Formats: sequence, structure tokens, C-alpha cells
Amino acid sequence: MLGYLVRRILSMVPTLLITSALIFIIIQAPPGDYLSTYIAELESQGEAVDQEKIGFIRAQYGLDQPLYVQYLKWIGGLVQGDLGYSFEYSLPVNEVVGDRLSLTAIVSLATILFVWIVSFPIGVYSATHQYGVFDYLLTFIGFLGLAVPSFLLALVLLYFAHVQFGVSIGGLMDPGYIDQPWTWGKLQSVLAHLWVPVVVIGTSGTAGMIRRLRANLLDELQKQYYVTARAKGLPGWRALIKYPLRMSLNPFVSDIGSLLPEVVSGAVLVSVVMSLPTTGPMLLDALRSQDMYLAGSFLMFLAVLTVIGVFLSDILLAMLDPRIRLSGGATK
Amino acid sequence: MSVAEGAARPIGARQPIPHQVSTEPFDPASIERLTPGQERYYLASQWRMMWWRFRRHRLAVVSAAILIVMYAAILISEPLAPYDLHSRNIDFIYAPPQRVHFIHDGEFIGPFVYPFDYELNMENLQRTYTPDTNRPQPLRFFCSGDTYRFWGWIEASFHFVCPPEDGTLFFFGTDRLGRDMLSRIIYGARISLTIGLLGVSVSFLLGVIIGGLAGYHGGWVDNVSQRLIEVLRSLPHVPLWLALSAILPVTWSPILVYFGITIILGLLDWTGLARAVRSKLLALREEDFCVAAQLMGASPRRIIARHLLPSFASHLIASVTLSVPTMILGETALSFLGLGLRAPITSWGVLLNEAQNINVVALYPWLMLPVAPVILVVLAFNFMGDGLRDAADPYK
Repeated sequence: MLGYLVRRILSMVPTLLITSALIFIIIQAPPGDYLSTYIAELESQGEAVDQEKIGFIRAQYGLDQPLYVQYLKWIGGLVQGDLGYSFEYSLPVNEVVGDRLSLTAIVSLATILFVWIVSFPIGVYSATHQYGVFDYLLTFIGFLGLAVPSFLLALVLLYFAHVQFGVSIGGLMDPGYIDQPWTWGKLQSVLAHLWVPVVVIGTSGTAGMIRRLRANLLDELQKQYYVTARAKGLPGWRALIKYPLRMSLNPFVSDIGSLLPEVVSGAVLVSVVMSLPTTGPMLLDALRSQDMYLAGSFLMFLAVLTVIGVFLSDILLAMLDPRIRLSGGATK
Repeated sequence: MSVAEGAARPIGARQPIPHQVSTEPFDPASIERLTPGQERYYLASQWRMMWWRFRRHRLAVVSAAILIVMYAAILISEPLAPYDLHSRNIDFIYAPPQRVHFIHDGEFIGPFVYPFDYELNMENLQRTYTPDTNRPQPLRFFCSGDTYRFWGWIEASFHFVCPPEDGTLFFFGTDRLGRDMLSRIIYGARISLTIGLLGVSVSFLLGVIIGGLAGYHGGWVDNVSQRLIEVLRSLPHVPLWLALSAILPVTWSPILVYFGITIILGLLDWTGLARAVRSKLLALREEDFCVAAQLMGASPRRIIARHLLPSFASHLIASVTLSVPTMILGETALSFLGLGLRAPITSWGVLLNEAQNINVVALYPWLMLPVAPVILVVLAFNFMGDGLRDAADPYK
């Protein structure tokens, strides 16, 4: 197990390296950089450009150096926890991003919990009552959940929450609590606002999870050990919990890997619509204005988050399911 | 055990079966011969069996029919839409959907609409439209209305349905420039439906080539591609789509942007397909028919394309079908955020871009109608893909 852990952690290094290179290429790809856009904008407004300041920034952040040097500088800083400099905010990226990252993490975590809590009972019910009325109904709702674009669902739910519950539109808390220290009231306000984005982001994930859980459980329920257990007189509920349910738990763990990117993607999209103080709107702005370190560090953060999520799910899966081989080697 | 005991059993009491010999000539092959029905069944080709299997999945068949109709409709968008794409009705801005009636004053007079009376509410400056129920205006069918260029070529003015003389026909209401939503949705289908297909063909090419090479050659090719796939799979797609579409220069013409977006959508989607192709090839390359082809000197390209891929083509088709809806939703999301297609091009995502505001939900909910075809198409593709996947392996 220890060997597996070490190997698994080591294998994350090249993955993250490739990812960082990829992200760097992407954020570098638009022609020009932030400074040249900035200068052009100033000049078009007839304002004087402080060449000295521009030159200073250019030199300090190595914008005048070849690409690979820039990349090495950036990645070196990342390793030391320095995310670079945001041109637009004239602040280190760490300070711009800080609070938003924690809110993103909260939303993502709450969404994953929501997906699990909702999909587990529904999936089990659907599988044990296959082709029942509720199975059909739930399957249909699940398909609908996959098909409705999340941003539109967000808009409609937002309106609904406002009309029905008087929740203020947009944001993760009532405007009065912004920049206030955490109190009981603020927590309540956040919780009252949190459910809309969580439901919206989690819907498609929940739908997918229900389908997988149902399929897995249906497979297990046809196997001989289950039939034997029932034949020997084990009551249905007990026979279900004892073995097949445990087997079908695997997707819950193994899907963290695929769920996390999905949740983060959804969070970006939905938070733009709902103007949440998470990272989505910031990323969009940074990409539009070519604030490359802000955008790049942010994409990198999302990548690290998901790589760690995949890592955790692999470890958990290895602990839960003894059939998973820990040794490497090609599968054939 | 004695014979007497056996004879005492009730079986012995039965009537003996009368001796019978068939007079018909003996045909030793009679068991092997098949009735025409059986023959049709046993000798059916793989594709025929897949069709039988697919047909059993009712929902999939219905979905396929819906998709065929929708794709056929994009061929004739122009005559199908009651208005031209760009025709503006400045007197009817944000008009609500008009209902089609059949009975006026208890009398059946065919399909007609009531014209709108427009009034500006001076208190909140809201436009209010009330149908004038005294003047029924019958619809016109197979008529001439707005002129258009059919596929950008032939000038014509034929429409299947036209607004009444001096009247309006807004089934789905109008937008902020007074453009008919229904017509725009019909035109938008052209872009939205094809972008998924183009994107899928990009991802299909990438997936088959990369997965094929990795699976057939193994070794370092396999390792590199596996790493790359792992990286791409672990990245959240929407932020990457955003980043990639931010690269597209603003100066590009709409058509170039359209192709750019399809490539971006395909660029991140091939990983699943590549994985499937690879794992299949890893198993199949050890099969006898593959070894035979190698011994006869076929090149790797020929072996992959002629021998290996066709043996699981049906699976490929099914998985491709299932990834079309992701593309359509992706385009919708990108355009909605303003990073995808832009205004002169009309896609469902671009139309939904207008519905970005919460006011729309409250005041002009019909602007959200383009989401209905999106949901319909995505559902249809999902159901059809499910049916195809079940049918892909008819021997099971």
C-alpha cells in the first residue's frame, strides 16, 4: 500500500507538469499581452503612457524574455506559492484570488455532498423497483437534468427563490454581510443562498450518478450470490445492504475524479450567471483582458484541485475494493 | 429386482402405443433445413440484426425520427420560417407569443390570429399588448412573404406559413428588436445542429487516430497518449473552453469563428473515444485475423483501418452519438457567455444570450424558448445513443 501511495504521488508530478505547460501555452496563445493591450488602450484615450513603469513591469515579470524562461519563472513561483502578478488589479494574484478560492471550494464541496445525498437513495430505489412508475419518472427527470443547460436552470431557480423565499438575487450572501466577519447570521445567509447554485451545478452530476448506480446495482442484483442469499431466506432489505449495495458504492468514490472537473466547470458557468463571488466571473474577465497570470494560476489551481481529487478517489477505492490491483503494468 | 414386480407397476397397465410407420420418403437433412422465417433470422447480416435490436427500443426509434425531421428541417429553414432572419417589426418590440385560434364567435373559420393592440404603460414604461378579439385575421398558407436568399443563392419569397395581410404572426413572441423568435429558432437550428456534428467529427478523427496508434503500437506511443488523456480528462472543460475561445481573434469572420468553436469543442472531447479504441485494439491485435494480416504483409495503417476498426464500428457509432449532445450544450454555454458565436450568426446559444438577465425571466419569459429545442435535441440524441449502444452488439 505504501509503495502504491508513493508511486501514485510521483505519477502526479508529470501530470501536473504537462498540465502547467498546456495551460501556459493556452494563456500565451492570444496575440500580444496585457501590457500591449493596456498601452494601446491608454494611447487611444490620448493619455500619456508611463514608459518607465511599463518597462519596469515588463522586466520584473520577464515579459521581454523568451517563452520558456517565462514559463520556468511562472512554474518556479507556483511551486513556492507565488502565483504571479495580476496586471489588471495591480496586486499579487494571491491577494486577488484568496477569498474567492475558499468560496469556490465551499460551493464545490457542497455540490458533491448534494450529488451523493440525493443520488444514493434515488439510485437504490430505481434499481430495486426497476420499471416501476417511480423508476420511469425518476429516470425521466434524470435525463431532463442532463439535457437542461445549467445556466438557464440557474436563472429560473434564482427568480423562483426570489419570488418565493425573498432571497436577494445574485451573490452568495445578503449584500449587508459582504466583507463582514463570519457570524451566525452570515452563515445562515450563505446557506440560504447556497442551495440554488448547488442544485444547479449538481443536477447533471446527480443525473449521471443515479444512472450509473442503478445500472451497477441492477447488475449485482442478477448475480448468483444475491439470488442464493434470497433463496436461503435472507430478507430483501438485509440481503441488499449486505453485499450488492457495497459493490455499487464504488462509483461514488471512483467518480470523484470525473465529478470534480464537472463540478468546477459547472461552478464557473453558473457563477457567471448568478454573479457569485467565486472564481468564475473573475476567470472570464481575466481571459478577456489577457491578465495572463491571474487566468493561468487560476486554471492551474483548478487542475491541481482535480488531480488531488482523482488521487483521493484512487486511494479510497483501493481501500474499499480489495480487487483493485495496486501493482502497475499495462492492462491487456 | 424381479420382472413380476415391474409388471405390477401402474405403467404396465397403459394401452400399448399402436405401431406406426410414416410412408413419406425419408429426408436425412430434414432437421437441418430451415423454414424461410428461420432462414431470414439465422442468416441475417450483422447490420440487419442491429436494426432489429434497435427497433425494439421504442424511445430510441422515436428519437431517431425526431432527429431526422429536425435535420431535414434545416435544409429548408427559409421557407419554413414565417419571417426572414433579420426582418424587424419595430412596432412589436417584446411582443408576447400570439395564440392561434380556430373558432371566432362560436363559428369555425380556420386558423387565425387576433391582432395586437399596443399600449405603453406610462407608469413603468412597460409595453402591453392586448389581443383585439373583434378582428380575426386568418393565416395564409403556401404564400409569398419576406424575400430571402435560399441557401444564400436563389432569391425567393415562398413560405409555408405567412402572417396575415397587414397582420403579424409571432408564435413565440418577438425579441428586443421585434424579430420573430420562431423564425430565429428555425434559422438557429442550422448552426446549433451542425456544430455538434462537426465537433464530433473532429473528436472522432483525433480519437480514432490517437487511440488506434496507442492501442496498436503500445510502448512509448501508448504511454505518451495515456498521459495526455489523463491530463485532459482531469481538467475542467468549461474553463478550458473559455480559455481556448478567448484565443480566437475578435477580427475573425463569423464563419471562421464557427469553425474555430467546433475545433475547440472537438479538441477536448476525443479522450473518451481514444480510450475505448485503445482498449479494444489492445485485445483485438492478438486475434488470429490480425496476425494473419500482419503475416501477409499489410501495413499497420491498413490493418487498423480495414481489419480492426470495422470489427467494433458499431460501438464507435454509439459512443459518437452520445457525445453530440455534450457538444451542443457546450456551444450553447459558450455562446451564452459571449465567448462562442457572435451576433450575426444565429444559434440557439446566441439567442439564449439575450435571456441572460433575470428581468427576462420575469418580464419576457418567451425569450427563453430557444432552450426547448436544445432540450429536445439533447434528449433525443441521448435516447438514440442508448438504443444504438444496446444494438451495437446484436450477438449478445
